[in-house]
Amino acid sequence: MTRTPFPTSGSDTTLRSAAKGLGAFSIALGVTELLAPRTVARMTGVHGRDALIRAYGLREIVNGIGLLASKDPRPWLWGRVAGDALDMSTLIAGSRGARSNGAGAAMWTAAAIGMLDVACALLPEGRTAAPVDYSDRVGLALPPEQMRGAASDFEVPDDMRPPAALRAYAVP
Amino acid sequence: MKALCWHGKKDIRYDTVPDPKIEEPRDAIIKMTSCAICGSDLHLFGGFMPGMESGDIIGHEFMGEVVEVGKDNKKLKVGDRVVVPFTICCGDCEQCRRGNWSVCERSNRNKDIADKLFGHTTAGMYGYTHLTGGYPGGQAEYVRVPFADVTPVKIPDGLTDEQVLFLGDIFPTGWQAAVQCDIQPDDTVAIWGAGPVGQFAIRSALLLGAKQVIAIDRVPERLSMAKAGGAIPINFDDESVLDRLQELTAGKGPEKCIDAVGMEAHATRSLDSMVDRAKQTVMLETDRPHVLREMIYVCRPAGTLSIPGVYGGLIDKVPFGALMNKGLTVRTGQTHVNRWTDDLLQRIADGQIDPSFVITHTVALEDGPGMYETFRDKKDGCIKVVLKP
Repeated sequence: MTRTPFPTSGSDTTLRSAAKGLGAFSIALGVTELLAPRTVARMTGVHGRDALIRAYGLREIVNGIGLLASKDPRPWLWGRVAGDALDMSTLIAGSRGARSNGAGAAMWTAAAIGMLDVACALLPEGRTAAPVDYSDRVGLALPPEQMRGAASDFEVPDDMRPPAALRAYAVP
Repeated sequence: MKALCWHGKKDIRYDTVPDPKIEEPRDAIIKMTSCAICGSDLHLFGGFMPGMESGDIIGHEFMGEVVEVGKDNKKLKVGDRVVVPFTICCGDCEQCRRGNWSVCERSNRNKDIADKLFGHTTAGMYGYTHLTGGYPGGQAEYVRVPFADVTPVKIPDGLTDEQVLFLGDIFPTGWQAAVQCDIQPDDTVAIWGAGPVGQFAIRSALLLGAKQVIAIDRVPERLSMAKAGGAIPINFDDESVLDRLQELTAGKGPEKCIDAVGMEAHATRSLDSMVDRAKQTVMLETDRPHVLREMIYVCRPAGTLSIPGVYGGLIDKVPFGALMNKGLTVRTGQTHVNRWTDDLLQRIADGQIDPSFVITHTVALEDGPGMYETFRDKKDGCIKVVLKP
């Protein structure tokens, strides 16, 4: 096998993109929780816990910075998942006797974000080695252009043909 | 004998198991000379398929030499060299007689379970869950072949294992995927997934005369091999599949779309893939149908979707409205291998195609467990693994 400098791409790019997006979201949410805990309390139905909301805000900011700055974002993604579980339990506790209708919506939102975090954390490992060049793996008797239609003598069985009314449109 | 056995998610072991025996008069015992890991084996490895039991011998792509035949088997004799199709077929039921081999009505010995799950049973399969009969598979030194006077394909001298091994599954699967598109000379055929089945679908579509074949994947090695076979590669991590397909078809969309991916479409930056993965994690969905959604959306109205990719259960948010209103034809199913084997064997013998192009790794059977991970993660340029017992 020969090795060529193929451009590397794949899940590593996806993982980093996801981490970047979630990192930015974490920081935005964290700043909001830190600066406006009562607004957050009103929206989520968790009243009288300003200090706790500020602490959660701090946690979000730290996590967000970790996601944006770390070489390996995966531990920070799992950190977000753990934080989601904490958020959910706090929302459930706060919803008991809640005066706000926002508790239910907040829980659904937290659950959706939690699922997204799990999905990102489960993204496969990225590539590290240089890709292998298979440009010589033709598999045909002659170059592809010369093999086009070489099996056009093959008769497609009737039961595998699309309905006659739909077949003809592709032929000029 | 030695065999690769499934013991749970991501747990394949090289075990010592009892030798197979003739159980029915039409059986045969095959001594393996070559077998392969199939992409659909990865669904078992990943724990996506229900119905596996610890200790099950896996593998359904294999070939070898006949070492024993049952008393009623008039087709095979000791010493014959055969490729064994992955579906087990009785040859007598109504479906077998019609050539619908993959939905044989009699070969699944756990028919009741399949009836409950799918409404009606499908054919038994080697090493592929107890839903399809719980038959021991072919990643082993020996295998028992039921109804061995029906499906095994005798191989003439002069052809290597590597040339003919894939007649048992991936070559006919790629071929059927293209055949059921009923390819016309002006067709563009877009193929999602450039794994082994996708590679054969690419070459089949080309041989059948498609004007343009497009391969969609993100693994550079697969795209490199796809291009070698005459396809235009699209790396879905680097460019928009929808935009590129529109560009290549003057805005009309491909007439024929092939899903050679199936239930494990990998999460991309698209939101639907991420949601699928999350829902699968919390068991709100069994399969990830990103490719189906994309095909339905991009396919030219009145076009055809051909789906050889394996799906196992339930999918969500599939745009059926688009499918219906665009009048798309959907063709799918496990492969009716024996419909195609005579023709494809002749094409190999004639030199029209050499299926060995797809093999990237050949290792001893005992190294199989490690190769599952290599294959799954596409490490070391891995596209197709052949195991030698």
